[in-house]
Amino acid sequence: MAIATSVNGNELTVQVEGRFDFSAHQEFRDAYEKTEEGVKNYVIDMSRATYLDSSALGMLLLLRDHAGGDSANVRITQCNQDVKKILTISNFEQLFTIE
Amino acid sequence: MVDVPLNILIADDNKSDRLILAAIVKKMGHRVCVAEDGVQAVAQYLSEKPDIILLDVMMPNMNGQEAALQIKSSAGEDMVPIIFLTSLQDATDLAKCLDSGGDDFLTKPYNKIILQAKINAFSRMSKMHNTLQQQRDLISEHNDHMVHEQEVARAVYDNVTHSGCLNLPNIRYMLSPFSVFNGDVLLAARKPSGSMHILLGDFTGHGLPAAIGAMPLAEIFYGMTAKGFLMDAILREINSKLKKILPIGYFCCVCMVNLSFRKQQIEMWMGGLPDFYLLRHDSGQVEQIASTHLPLGVLSSQSFDTQTQRFSLRREDRLFMWSDGIIESRNDEGELFGETRLMDIFQRNQDQQQVFDDIVHEVNKFTGDSGKDDDTTLLEVKMVPEADVGEVDIDMSSGMITGPTDWNMRYTLRGETLKTFNALPMMLGILSDVPALHGLSGQLYTLMSELFSNAFEHGVLGLSSDLKKDAHGFAEYYAQREQALKAMADGWVMFDIDHRPTSGGGLLTLIVTDSGDGFDFAAKQVKPLGGEGYSGRGIPLITSICDSLEYLGAGNIVKVTLSWQTKGLEE
Repeated sequence: MAIATSVNGNELTVQVEGRFDFSAHQEFRDAYEKTEEGVKNYVIDMSRATYLDSSALGMLLLLRDHAGGDSANVRITQCNQDVKKILTISNFEQLFTIE
Repeated sequence: MVDVPLNILIADDNKSDRLILAAIVKKMGHRVCVAEDGVQAVAQYLSEKPDIILLDVMMPNMNGQEAALQIKSSAGEDMVPIIFLTSLQDATDLAKCLDSGGDDFLTKPYNKIILQAKINAFSRMSKMHNTLQQQRDLISEHNDHMVHEQEVARAVYDNVTHSGCLNLPNIRYMLSPFSVFNGDVLLAARKPSGSMHILLGDFTGHGLPAAIGAMPLAEIFYGMTAKGFLMDAILREINSKLKKILPIGYFCCVCMVNLSFRKQQIEMWMGGLPDFYLLRHDSGQVEQIASTHLPLGVLSSQSFDTQTQRFSLRREDRLFMWSDGIIESRNDEGELFGETRLMDIFQRNQDQQQVFDDIVHEVNKFTGDSGKDDDTTLLEVKMVPEADVGEVDIDMSSGMITGPTDWNMRYTLRGETLKTFNALPMMLGILSDVPALHGLSGQLYTLMSELFSNAFEHGVLGLSSDLKKDAHGFAEYYAQREQALKAMADGWVMFDIDHRPTSGGGLLTLIVTDSGDGFDFAAKQVKPLGGEGYSGRGIPLITSICDSLEYLGAGNIVKVTLSWQTKGLEE
């Protein structure tokens, strides 16, 4: 489990690696709370995430809330089959842009 | 001099050795008590409770090794460092001293500096030992306290989230919590109409934090179901409650089912749970039902959507529901049980009654000893004739002994309110204030809801009751209903309810009028008044409850009466 971040203009990309579960809680939170002002768009890069559980779904909701709730612009990208499945079961496409 | 003087026992049968050692130790600032043999040493230990014991090996009456054994055994968990005093030089003899319970030895003649260092070292060790012991006792005390609190909390929790009518013969279930409190919740209750509400929920995480949200959920579920509220209102209420009380990032994946034995159908709202399987009795086919909503507690009331899925069920059709604990069970290698293995069970199985047991068996076999890491819930619901599940036993508690018996009311639902508001719980509440009607809540609810849906769907919306004859028409009916509902602008349904006391009882008269065009009731009427001639309008059901039924006007007015006698007069 590792988190990497990069900022490009007003877009923050958070890359999640390995199992995305409760153990990532603090690190994931730091990733978006400790970035400088001016970030408007968020991208969660799942290309290296193998799995996510319900606490990871909770963390995504926390990020969405941080990013402005209903007006948030959060994209979840490059999910593998397992990750995609869990996001679909939870109908998270109603809250996030899933690419 | 030392900061804190210790109490040191010196046991030596040689008087001069004893005196020399006592002098050295006193000079260091410690208190000293003495013994002349092993028996005295044990007695002194018991009365003086020394911090450290300096014990000669060879003494009359009882030697040092035997004394050490007795002292260590009566000290129990307390630490009493014993330093053997000896002129022995042989390694084997010295080792024997330690084997008999000694902690160290000091060879004669005594070296003051070594002696002081050893006393200090053991003093530090004792202190640490005592601290650890106190902390351990404190933790254990706290733990006892917490376990007790959890037991009490668990009792409250179990009372609130009780399993309702899960014991009915058409239901099988298995709850397998990961810890004392279950983050999965399974509730079932009969509705006043005779149908059944079932709710399976899976809160984020497990244990107490997950379980605590189940309490308001269960309160709302049971309370509103008993009062006759429909699924959409109950879900809306639960969602708004959970949204309010759960921290962001915590939610509850839920499936709520409304199972109607009479209409032989289920209506489902499903959010965030893995696909459920509907096993058809005749064909053995499995239909997968997917979640179409976000979990409860995520969306605000404004954006919350109560759209449901409907399925027509034949007798013996079985619906299998589960929390994600089933497909996410892991084996020793960390591999997930998965949907493929689950589907295999259904496809391999020849005996539909066995599927439930097979799932439990296969999942247990798969996980083996690897231990579980989530709450697991499995539920099977079967469509049966209503007679199999018996009468509804509604507890409309806090009823009055003498209530209103002579009254009349008119209540008209119009426009948007007619489309969206369920007025039945409120009207049922008013009717239930009449003491004798209190016990008839179930039948009254059925009566009112049948009359209302006839007036609304066939009257105001103008839908044909002939459609509902087969499965295709059934789907068509609901599609038309959606359309008509959108198009409807100014319809209304009016209830005139009248209750009068009669000698030894009462008479309830219900007149329901709608804004529709009515229908040619004379033509549809095969049998005389009160017969079973009106197709698809639930008329047999209505007439089985009330004394008379007649259509008036253009067929847009229906009047039913229901009389009751007090039990005493009946006998």
